This record gives sequence, structure tokens and C-alpha cells, in this order.
Amino acid sequence: MYRVLKATQLADRVFQMWVFAPHVAHHAKAGQFLIVRVNESGERIPLTISAVDGDAVRIIFMAVGKTTELLSSLRPGDMIRDIAGPLGRPSEIATYGTCVIIGGGVGIASAPIIAKAAKAAGNYVIGIIGARNSGLLILEDEMRACCDELFVATDDGSKGIHGFAADVLKAEMEKRTIDCVWIIGPAIMMKVTSGVTKKSNIKTFVSLNPIMVDGTGMCGSCRVQVAGRTRFACVDGPEFDAHQVDFDLLMQRGRTYQPEEHEALEHYHEHSCSCKGGI
Amino acid sequence: MEDRAAGQRVHDFFEVSSGLSPDEALFEAERCLQCKKPKCVNGCPVGIDIPSFIAEIALGNFRKAAEIIKADNMLPAICGRVCPQETQCEGQCVLSGKEKPISIGSLERFIADWERAHGTSVPDSQPPTGRHVAVIGSGPAGLTAAAELSRLGHRVTLFESLHEAGGVLMYGIPEFRLPKEIVRAEVEQVLAMGVEIRLNHLAGRSITVPELMKFDAVFLATGAGLPNFMGIPGEQLNGVYSANEFLTRVNFMHADQFPGYDTPVKRGSRVVVAGGGNVAMDAARVARRLGAKVTLVYRRREEDLPARANEVIHAREEGVEILSCANPIRIVGDTGVTGVECVRMEMCALDETGRPSARPLDGMTFTIDADMFIEAVGQGPNPLLISEIKGIEREKAGNVAVDAEGRTSVPRIFAAGDVATGAATVILAMGTAKEAARSIDRMLKEE
Repeated sequence: MYRVLKATQLADRVFQMWVFAPHVAHHAKAGQFLIVRVNESGERIPLTISAVDGDAVRIIFMAVGKTTELLSSLRPGDMIRDIAGPLGRPSEIATYGTCVIIGGGVGIASAPIIAKAAKAAGNYVIGIIGARNSGLLILEDEMRACCDELFVATDDGSKGIHGFAADVLKAEMEKRTIDCVWIIGPAIMMKVTSGVTKKSNIKTFVSLNPIMVDGTGMCGSCRVQVAGRTRFACVDGPEFDAHQVDFDLLMQRGRTYQPEEHEALEHYHEHSCSCKGGI
Repeated sequence: MEDRAAGQRVHDFFEVSSGLSPDEALFEAERCLQCKKPKCVNGCPVGIDIPSFIAEIALGNFRKAAEIIKADNMLPAICGRVCPQETQCEGQCVLSGKEKPISIGSLERFIADWERAHGTSVPDSQPPTGRHVAVIGSGPAGLTAAAELSRLGHRVTLFESLHEAGGVLMYGIPEFRLPKEIVRAEVEQVLAMGVEIRLNHLAGRSITVPELMKFDAVFLATGAGLPNFMGIPGEQLNGVYSANEFLTRVNFMHADQFPGYDTPVKRGSRVVVAGGGNVAMDAARVARRLGAKVTLVYRRREEDLPARANEVIHAREEGVEILSCANPIRIVGDTGVTGVECVRMEMCALDETGRPSARPLDGMTFTIDADMFIEAVGQGPNPLLISEIKGIEREKAGNVAVDAEGRTSVPRIFAAGDVATGAATVILAMGTAKEAARSIDRMLKEE
């Protein structure tokens, strides 16, 4: 059992939570993730390790399904049944020169820990965070503190630059030499944004978030196609060379359980009044 | 002891057979000839004193029988159910030529079930040695090693990456062959010997190799958890599962009870399973229980099926169609599966195992309508931890190279079970684990 230490809402349906999990906190590196199982009847879902402080790790998630809604209902002092991690390979941090860390939507959660690591490795770090609107923008102050420069973009122009993170990236690429890019966000956003760096052949990483079960390489649910080869995001990733990833397939496989996800959420809403998710 | 009717059991996940009654057990035990040089013991990878425990059953001393079994095997209720006794103890029984061999597996199961119902006792351990061993993986090999090392007086910490102990016994073998409550009970017995367990700890990640090397010895029992894929077109379609994923979702995450449990699984109406081993049979039988019409496609002849004969019989009784001498070559569909294209296989010269090598017959293809495809074509060792250990030698198949006593090429690191032998049976994993645990004990006590 792992105790929730802090729980706050960051934006519309976006929550952050600090959880006591020393085995994860003491070993976590930028780019890794953990697996959460909220209670005895829960599913195992992967979430990025967004920050580490002593014995605690931070997770940030959007309440879009049964499990994330249930998770968002937990208060400090409540227990999470299981947390496994850290999982996956850490980000390939090296001294590249000028790095751009791009976070889109709830994917911004992964950005500060990578930005900090890149900065510590001696890179000049540019942050770009984007969201549909200002109300969905998270971790702006934190990113500002750990990046040399930060750009903010919103799809509707309600804050910062009116446009996509890809537009900001394109503009910066024209102004200066960029050596390495990380893009973390929804699959479609990663596909579009990594298209920008493809022509110039800039080293670009994306962090993939396919459906997982065990997260340790045992089931193959998270298989993705990278450079025409089957790779497991849980043990070979989650970060891959953006220009080699089959994003269409990633999106197709991500939709596998859409009807079931809908059913689980409805079932939860019907039953959540008296027996909060438990059996 | 009779199997429940197939028409009934295909609708539930309860056990196929209910086990022996006390009267049946007494009757069976009395048939034992009590050979002076018992061959059955030679057939047992963990060397249980079979005639002695059977003699105690015949006298009605069930608790004594349990003590005798547990001196060599801490997982008797599991082994009594899933061991291939027909090729081991029972295969060696002198009665097998004349009449029926003694049902040693059923007797072992009877005793373990009886003890569980009447209160278990923890076997005595030797005085503490002050030495501390890390055991990685809590499947059959890890549990056996943990119990053995604990019995020999060593402190043991068991690391398990999943949220519950048992490894393949929990995630792989279905409830109707091995009820999970029984696995939990036998795991509890191992823990009651003083073994500590750390769940949710993926060795190599949640605890690093340098941290593991601070223990007096490290025992690798990480199994063969990495599923092979066939590498055929269409494998990425929604509705294509490795048997590991399909079985884990149902056995370990209870997807059959979705949405009561949160993990979903697709319920195919027509499922094709590729493979012919026990895992393939398990996947096929689980798919039947979820309501599908199931066709199992195997590339060799029926007599070559590597699964236990009994599992093949059970699968067929439950309506699994077995299509031999055929192999899937393409999964058809747009985003989901609509069919599985197969090719007829020609049987060629027998190989060293006595099975024919199979060769596809050009142009002899056909397509089976299906909305789900499950691949049960073998597993290899998970390389995650092994690749973090500098200098550890591996064999071609990826498994860790060990000597006859379970020593790897790295001092103080031992390995047993599937990670060392390649995918095999529960009991072989336990046999090698016991040997390696004793070799650790010798090393620690000589120092």
C-alpha cells in the first residue's frame, strides 16, 4: 500500500499527486514511468514519473476514464494498492548542445524532469508547452524555472502564442541550430510535431504511451512499430526515435478498448455513490 | 474422482476435477507395492519420498504424509495438479505395464488439500546463519529456492515485479487447472517460514544490480516471461494477443469479470490460437469459457502436440477444434481481425526429438474466419535484469548459462528455472531451483 501525500487539481480534469513510494523514488530517472493499480479490482495503468522528492514521486494525470477518475478522488492519507517502478529506459540524456523539450497537454507532466536532466548535462534548454487553452496549461512556473527559455502556446490563443507547439518549434528552428528535441503529448501531436524536425534530421525523441498490462515486458500489449520492427514500449521505450515511429498504428491500437473504457466509466458512475470503486 | 462434464465446465472457471475423496485415497494408497528400490522417486525432479508418504496415507496418517511431502516440496497442491506425472513419477511406476500406475499426483493433491483444510504446519528451519540471499522472481523456481534457503537457516528476501506472488502460477495457468486460492495458500506457507517479500519491485529497476550484489548471494528465478511473436503480417491488428497477454488479463487481472474488475479483454466470437503446448491449450480453453468458437492451429501432427495428453483431451472435450499440419502465415483485417490465413504443412524427416520438421506446402493456403488471434508460440527469458549484469554468460536462446549446480559465470549469482533452462515445466523449474539453493548453501557455509 502506498500513501497519497498530496493531491491537488492543476487544470480542468488534470490532477497532480505525490505518493510515498521509496523503491520508485530512489531509483527513478527522467523519462521513466510507473504502474499504478488503485485498488484490489483495479487495472494497471502506466503514468509518467513527473518529479521525485525524497521518498515520494509525483504523478500527473487527466481524469478521462474509470481508473483516472477513481485516482482523482483520492485524498492525502488515502492508500493506493500498488505502485511498481521505475519502469522503462531513462531518457537518453547527453550533452547535445541546444535541446528543446516540448510538452503538449497533460504530456507537459513529463517535461520538467527531462528539462532538468538536460540542463544538468550542460545543454541550453528551450521549453515549449502547449495546450488547447490556458485553462489546460500546467507546470508553467516549474518549466520556466528549469529552462533557459520557455515558450507557451495555446490552440485558441487564450495564452501565449496563438498556435501549436509545432509552429513555435518551426520558428525557433529557423532562428538557430537545434541539436535535440523531446516531444511528449498526445499521439497525434507527437506525430505532427516530429514531422517538423524530420526534414532537418534533428535527433528527436517521443515518449509513447500505449496500452500496457504488466509493464515489464511480459505481455506484449504495448508493442509498437519502430523502424519497421516490433518493440515493446515498456522495456525498449517508452522513448523512441520519433522519425521511426508508426504513429498511425499507435493510435489504432490505442483505440482497442474504447467501448470497454466507456462501459467501465458508466459502470463506475452508476456505482460510485456508495462503494467508491471497491469490491 | 471424475472430471466434471465438459458441457458444464466450459461455462465456468471452476476446477475440472474435484480430487480424490478420503476413501478413494486410501484405496489408491493400498495399491502401492512399496518397492524396495522405488523408481517413482527417480522420476520426481524434486525427489519426494513417494512410497513413504503413500504408506502413511494407507495408514490414515494424512498429517504425517503431508510432512513427508513438504520436506522436499513446499508446493504440493500446485504440483499435484500441474505436474506431468505421466512422464515422471507415474511413468516410472512398476504397475504402469501391468495395471494402472498409482495416481501419485492425485494422492499428492489429496494430501495437500487435506492439510490446507485441516491446518498447515510450518516445517522446522535450521538455526539462523546470518547470511542473506536475494531471490528474484516468485514463480515456482523462486518460491522453491526461498523455501529451501529459509529451511537451511538463511535469511531470504524475495523480489516480485507484479502485485502478487506466484509468477506463472498466477498469471499463466488458468483457474480451472490451478485455483488461485491454492497458489496464495502455498505462497503463504513459504512466507510463513520467514521469507520476506517485496512486491512491485522489478529487479534491475526498483533495486539495482549493485544493490543486489550487497546480498551474500543472488538467485535469479525470473522465468521465461517474454512472449515470442510469429512475425507475420497483421500482427499489429487490434484483437491479436500473445497468449501471455490474454492469459494475464483473464487469470491475473480477472478480465472475465469486467466491468466488476477494471481490466478488459476482447471477447472473440471465433478465436484462432496458434501453437500446441500447454500454454496454447490454456489460451484455447479460456477463450472457450469466454464464449468463443475456438480453432487451435498446430504446424505438426496431432501426435506431436507438446501439451500434456490430458490437457489435449480436456481441450477437445470442451469443444476446441484442433487443426494440425497447418500454420498461420497472415492475419487478415483492416484495424481488427477478420480472418487468419494458414498454409498446409508437409511433414519431413524426423528431428532428434522424434518429431517431423514441418515445411509449408506452396500455394496450399486457406483462411479461417476469426475476430481474434492468440499466439502461443513460446516464451524466452526476459532480458531486462540479465542485460544489466555485467559479464553474465548467456546461451544462444538467451537463457543464462549455468553449471550443474546452478552457478552462473558471475560469482555469487545463481540461476534456476526457465531463465536457465528455457521454457519448461513447473516441476523442472523447482528441481533445478532446489539444486541451486543447496549449492548456495554449500558456498555460504564453506566461507
